[in-house]
Amino acid sequence: MHEYSIVQALFERVEAEAASRGASTVRHLSVSIGELAGVEIDLLRTAYGVFRERTLCENAELSIVPVPARWECPVCRAPLARGAILRCPDCGVPARLAAGDEIVLDRIEMEVSDV
Amino acid sequence: MCDSCGCGDPEIVPVEVHDRILAGNDRTARHNREHFVAKGTLAINLMGSPGAGKTAVLEATGRALQGRMRLGALAGDLETDRDAQRLMRAGIPSVSITTGSACHLDAELVHRALHGFPVADLDLLFIENVGNLVCPAVYDLGQAANVVALSVTEGDDKPLKYPVMFRKADLVLLTKTDLLPHLPDVSVPAIEDALAHVMPDPRILRLSARTGEGLDAWLDWLAARRPAAGATSPGIRVPA
Repeated sequence: MHEYSIVQALFERVEAEAASRGASTVRHLSVSIGELAGVEIDLLRTAYGVFRERTLCENAELSIVPVPARWECPVCRAPLARGAILRCPDCGVPARLAAGDEIVLDRIEMEVSDV
Repeated sequence: MCDSCGCGDPEIVPVEVHDRILAGNDRTARHNREHFVAKGTLAINLMGSPGAGKTAVLEATGRALQGRMRLGALAGDLETDRDAQRLMRAGIPSVSITTGSACHLDAELVHRALHGFPVADLDLLFIENVGNLVCPAVYDLGQAANVVALSVTEGDDKPLKYPVMFRKADLVLLTKTDLLPHLPDVSVPAIEDALAHVMPDPRILRLSARTGEGLDAWLDWLAARRPAAGATSPGIRVPA
């Protein structure tokens, strides 16, 4: 259940961004989670719901964008079929993960008092 | 500001971040890695299920390398320092990291443990992670290589069930191979095939800590990764 520690790291980052802009509260967070990131999206959502109380994110909606795994050949750039052996059938070299290991905070919408 | 009463309606400010949520852990891991490289220490992050034989592999390694290399170990567990005690009996100076409820080590836990480590200069530091086939794969510790212990008793479909862990592995140690004659349903080729579906460049060594089978190949693998003195650490691979 490392999703809890990921949520803690998320709050620390959001609080630092909010403090640097004098924001009083956060409205919305967007994160991207890759299929091979080792993070369960449902557990992340649960952890977020539990830990956001009494933080700047207490009323912030969390959007999670799932990113499918995409393997490709580093030489010919051909994508590998899902479930295939992770080696390019033409070039014979080990495949490279082009997408799908993201644990990324994309965007924060925060309230900054207009005074 | 609100036009009617001047109450100071807040302004919504969007902030584009596009950074890893674990950027703080990555920074500390980078610091650990720089420390290991500067000291010429090969740091190995050893992961695997509880009971995969991680500690037994290290005990056999410690006995084999006694007097030939300066070894150390950090042993992560939820409770007790039993693994560190076992490793010390095998001649490896060790510090235990008890994580309480945390299912993995992170770079900060490793950093703090290093400050309390009894030996300053090591050729080889083993970081025995918490027994868990999921969470430890997510956290960079500053290691030069990830090694995953997979025991033959775990069955041949473990790699397919836990692709994240095996994708991160630079080497899989197939442990407890002395038990294979008793496991007619376990096929090593099937394990190798499963690994080829989750590891882009599968490297597998068979090892029995009990009989010593495969120990030399494992020691050779470690020796080949050791940074050459004065060189720019060719064995060190920095994860993207």
